[in-house]
Amino acid sequence: MEIIKEDIIIMGGGMAGLRAAISAAERNPKVSVGLVSKLYPLRSHSVSAEGGTSAVLNPKDSYDLHSFDTIKGSDYLADQDAVEEFVRIVPEQIYTTDRWGCPWSRNPDGTISQRDFGGLSFPRATFAADKTGFHVMQTLFSRCQMHDRIHFYNEYFVTSAIIEQSSFNALTAINLKTGEFVVFQGKALIFAAGGAGRLYQFSTYASSVTGDGNAIAYRAGLTLKDMEFMQFHPTGLVPSGILITEAARAEGGYLRNSENKRFMEKYAPTKLEEAPRDIVSRAMMWEILAGRGISDEHGDTPHIHLDLTHIADKLEERLPMITEIAKKFNHIDPAEEPIPVRPATHYTMGGIEVHISTETQVPGIFGAGENVAISIHGANRLGSNSTNECLAFGNVSGIAAADWASAHEIPQLDRIKAMIEEKRIWEGILKNGSGESIARIREDLRTGMDLNVGVLRTENELARQIRNINSLKARYEKVTVEDKSRVFNLQLQEALELGFMLDLAEVITIGALMRRESRGAHYRNDFPARDDKRFLKHTIVNYTRDGPQFSYKDVVITKWQPAARVY
Amino acid sequence: MVSENYEFVIKRKTEHGVSRQDRFLVPKKKISTVLEGLVYISENLDGTLSFRHSCRMEICGSCSMEINGKPKMACSTIAGSLGTGTIKVSPLPHYEVIKDLVVDIEPFFDKYRAVKPYVIRNNEDKPSSELLQTPEQFKLYEQYSMCIKCGLCLAACPISGSDEDYLGPAALAAALRFNLDSRDGGSGIRLEITDTDEGIARCHYAGECSEVCPKDVDPSKAIQLLRRAAISHELKKVFRRGAKGGK
Repeated sequence: MEIIKEDIIIMGGGMAGLRAAISAAERNPKVSVGLVSKLYPLRSHSVSAEGGTSAVLNPKDSYDLHSFDTIKGSDYLADQDAVEEFVRIVPEQIYTTDRWGCPWSRNPDGTISQRDFGGLSFPRATFAADKTGFHVMQTLFSRCQMHDRIHFYNEYFVTSAIIEQSSFNALTAINLKTGEFVVFQGKALIFAAGGAGRLYQFSTYASSVTGDGNAIAYRAGLTLKDMEFMQFHPTGLVPSGILITEAARAEGGYLRNSENKRFMEKYAPTKLEEAPRDIVSRAMMWEILAGRGISDEHGDTPHIHLDLTHIADKLEERLPMITEIAKKFNHIDPAEEPIPVRPATHYTMGGIEVHISTETQVPGIFGAGENVAISIHGANRLGSNSTNECLAFGNVSGIAAADWASAHEIPQLDRIKAMIEEKRIWEGILKNGSGESIARIREDLRTGMDLNVGVLRTENELARQIRNINSLKARYEKVTVEDKSRVFNLQLQEALELGFMLDLAEVITIGALMRRESRGAHYRNDFPARDDKRFLKHTIVNYTRDGPQFSYKDVVITKWQPAARVY
Repeated sequence: MVSENYEFVIKRKTEHGVSRQDRFLVPKKKISTVLEGLVYISENLDGTLSFRHSCRMEICGSCSMEINGKPKMACSTIAGSLGTGTIKVSPLPHYEVIKDLVVDIEPFFDKYRAVKPYVIRNNEDKPSSELLQTPEQFKLYEQYSMCIKCGLCLAACPISGSDEDYLGPAALAAALRFNLDSRDGGSGIRLEITDTDEGIARCHYAGECSEVCPKDVDPSKAIQLLRRAAISHELKKVFRRGAKGGK
């Protein structure tokens, strides 16, 4: 067992992880940072973010407006103190990344340009064409190259976290290139491992987004929050699920049903196609259920048309990537033909519970980005509010972890726990098994989640999915890893990921069953109204040997009392 | 009769260094891209196949490999458009193979790091506004900022194949990307690194790098522009020396 020690360990090399690494290194140049990722950082899903990132840069805009948009978007489940802090610290991140070379799209006079996005009352989405995530990631990765105290551990797959006596003890991992078992120890740990959207089949997510960070934290005893709130992006490209940015609608694109009619007026009379994602996704599903979906050569599953033909002149400058995607993957020129789309999982609002300081309930363990629920998104994240979160709170977590590391020591390794984990992998998962296929269990899990825990939910279907998950868990006990080799054993990695996914699917589905109301992205056909009396509360869940234990926690309200959410 | 299957011929290597070729039949109606073909194989035919993949939308740079003899991204290569029933897949050339289609990409990133690929400016306080940069100024380096670090160019470059010290197309294009950014003040520092025997001087302008680049970065043109800048820098030095001598 190899033991690697760094002052700070970061799990995840996406936008929050890279931002945290830079902030820690710049806060205290003596501190060493170990950035542990199962990918190379630039392969992280953050590079797929497209449309924009909200920031109050214009004097006519205000922090209060950005806060209110975010809170209304969240269907009042956001913690308002966290939102107020968030909007205040974002603008500096835009200017900082600008200094570092991020090619934010500009106005003719050279100032940073902003555009409209769903659910915004001021056009504050700052963007780099429709490759915002890509360019910010390139910028952060580039900045990391200046710091020789940031050490990259690329293609190390983390399998568990050890928390001992209420403090961070170690991460266990597999070095994919060698197949060696490795233990990472540090004074502080930052979780920045992203969301969990690949629990579903039809998804905008990269195949790597399997919820590792959430499941590892949960198993180690940290609290998860609001996991039943999974965002469905209205416009996943059919059939691949590749994201077609919301900016396409913000720039004027229309949604049309099989009768070639726009339909959003029925569901969001003022904002129309620019309503928040939960509302647009539901509208599309209702159109499809009413028999007005489209089936054609792009997919048997009924879908909707995204029509950009009337804004063809904007495609090259404002929407180059999705134009290229439609051409490359579907042989469609969006200037001439509509794009086939339907709702796809896109963002995990829930995550590890952290304070505004980014600290978890275990001192010395921090978290940032999609991996956590600092609770600025509540029941529905607004488009353009994710990459800014990674920058803003990634920065906060890096500084906090550096300060923590300056005042603490690396603890004595809990060798027994590390050895038990080593044995679980090499003697257990790799060797055991009696014929159950990883791919079949995963496929059954994903199709079940699509079908039963989707945009529109009911008690019967949710209960059915819980039974499914129980039987999938039983099958997982017999899962077989055919590849017995050590080096780059993709199947072993996938078997471990599947275990994470099953735990999270259980948490999501039970949470959804217990929340007998409709709020944001969680819509119950059998309880179609929001119920503030009973459910203006965060869902809290903790791991026990006998399964997840649920409780509820009050939402923090500062200035904005819950009101009807109309767009 | 047209076959209902693609025949994937995959060049593989075990962790013990044993090479072999495997053939798999993949139903045409089950897949669109070559990557989907590989996923199909790993999920249904042979779970021991190792390859990298993530975003499946040609933005993360993971799934670079050689397809029918050309360096390509598996995710954006439409199987049907290759025009062959047999699809030959091999690991990317000019890199060391770790296992099957997985190569050691570390040298690629070492070269990138070597050119100081970041904005170089004097230290400054927390900024409270942006640095002005017009759309025209952005256009100067836009193309070179689109690199997804997939490593295809290095696999296509004949020089990189024979000289492992050569900085190579991607790193040189990255140097130019920052040199041309109006916010950067480091082009002089980077010139010292790129205007060397293992830098721009080594390129023969074969243009293969630009041909395989999935994002039209055009590293070959970048290297020409770097060379032009290096020459004009040298000329300036000569003139300056000449002017001093005259006085």
